[in-house]
Amino acid sequence: MPVNTNGRRRGRGRPGYPARYSAAALLYRGLIRREWPPAWRSHPMKSRYDVVIVGGGVHGLAAAYYLAANHGITDVAVLDKGYIGSGGSGRNTAILRSNYLTPEGVRFYDRSVRLYQHLATDLDYNVMFSQRGHLTLAHSDASLRTMRWRAEVNKAEGVDSEVIGPDEIKKLAPFLDVSQEARYPILGALYHPPGGIIRHDAVVWGYARGASARGVHIHQNTEVTGIDVANGRVRGVRTAQGDIATRTVLNATAGWSTLIADMAGVRLPVTTYPLQAAVTEPVKPFLSTVIVSGTLHVYISQTDRGELVFGASVDPFTSYSMRGSLEFIEGLAGHVLELMPPLSKVRLLRQWAGLCDMTPDFSPIMGPTAVAGFLVDVGWGTYGFKAGPVSGEAMAECVASGQPPGIIAAFGLERFAAGGLVGEKGAAAVGH
Amino acid sequence: MILLPCPWCGPRDASEFSHVGETPPRPDPRTATPVEWRGYLYLRANTRGWVVESWYHRMGCRKFVQVERHTDTNQTRPAPAGQSLR
Repeated sequence: MPVNTNGRRRGRGRPGYPARYSAAALLYRGLIRREWPPAWRSHPMKSRYDVVIVGGGVHGLAAAYYLAANHGITDVAVLDKGYIGSGGSGRNTAILRSNYLTPEGVRFYDRSVRLYQHLATDLDYNVMFSQRGHLTLAHSDASLRTMRWRAEVNKAEGVDSEVIGPDEIKKLAPFLDVSQEARYPILGALYHPPGGIIRHDAVVWGYARGASARGVHIHQNTEVTGIDVANGRVRGVRTAQGDIATRTVLNATAGWSTLIADMAGVRLPVTTYPLQAAVTEPVKPFLSTVIVSGTLHVYISQTDRGELVFGASVDPFTSYSMRGSLEFIEGLAGHVLELMPPLSKVRLLRQWAGLCDMTPDFSPIMGPTAVAGFLVDVGWGTYGFKAGPVSGEAMAECVASGQPPGIIAAFGLERFAAGGLVGEKGAAAVGH
Repeated sequence: MILLPCPWCGPRDASEFSHVGETPPRPDPRTATPVEWRGYLYLRANTRGWVVESWYHRMGCRKFVQVERHTDTNQTRPAPAGQSLR
């Protein structure tokens, strides 16, 4: 008698439907002692797809998920040259915020934070979003002025941000050196309560699981080697595993976005820089907010496991190399200790680098290109991860309707030739 | 550590230099259209492989120098002769 409305039971008749994650399902699995089914399936590659998405990171997988969930387009392939989430999605410092400088930027990133807020429920996957508050420190009059500007733009767009003084900063982050004797005294901060951190791998896996359940094919270890264009329109994609005929290709790569765009004959105003980050051994919880300092080129947060995650600005020269440097780690340690002297005995566990596609105005490039059927979601610089959900949602709409929706209208590729830049340099990155 | 071959100072640590990068040919400002000029400002080849690029030796001879560098491995070698110093 089919009275049970539990998703797991209902899914039983549908092969490959992922088991619903719940306390009851966990107990059941424990009792029957059987393995969980894979969170997403693998398929043999077809010779034709309606939509091919290049890049299996949070952007590509979110676009695939929203194409299937919001627009019913399920004949979609997501290709990644490595494993999903092996690029920027697994290398960022997992900070979310929406306290940007331009109204276009604030509206866009605010939508992303709102999608992240109920992402765990939407995807039935614990993404561990912790809205713990975000502090951007000002060490000079000029940066304090930018903070005030950002706070006012944020408030006008309905985003919670305010400028606070050293006393309030000390209450939020007691280990911070707010004395006026510091080399770069802290004059104030932009406090942004909705900001926080999230488990970035879980976001990738959750979108992969949701997309796979709706029929999207995820092909890992499938490097794109060419894009066929005839008469100004996309005809197909060549990969290391075989050719695919398609009329729509979405370039959702980071680090390699210009290499993929070159295959379609589209030039992008993008240069690729490595960005290095590092993590310490776990310590007891003491830091309940995200700390960012543009002057000192560093951002600090403490994970749920107790490790301190440090990120920095991009390396001083363009490169596709993801090797770390001693010079970086020396500079980073000095800057961290400048902010939090008690950390001098904490040891670093490891450092790594990811690739950032920087654009001239520190805003992304999203939408159609001069080649019909070739869309881009690139140029994500140092701010791509936090925009994953809203980019996926907007690019899915762009693919489905053929028109970029209003929320990304300002971020089109044509803005560079037209001179309509969206300057976010003051709010998008540290160290400039 | 990455050593850059400065033609004036010999091999020096890359941290002594500022990266200038690709220097595409500058169109004539009197005849260039706005689109051409913006292309000159913003578009870059962003090559993965050997590139000839400019660096400024700010902590050394304070000259702009041309260096050839592989952007994947960061190997460097002197730029081929005949490359103008910009």
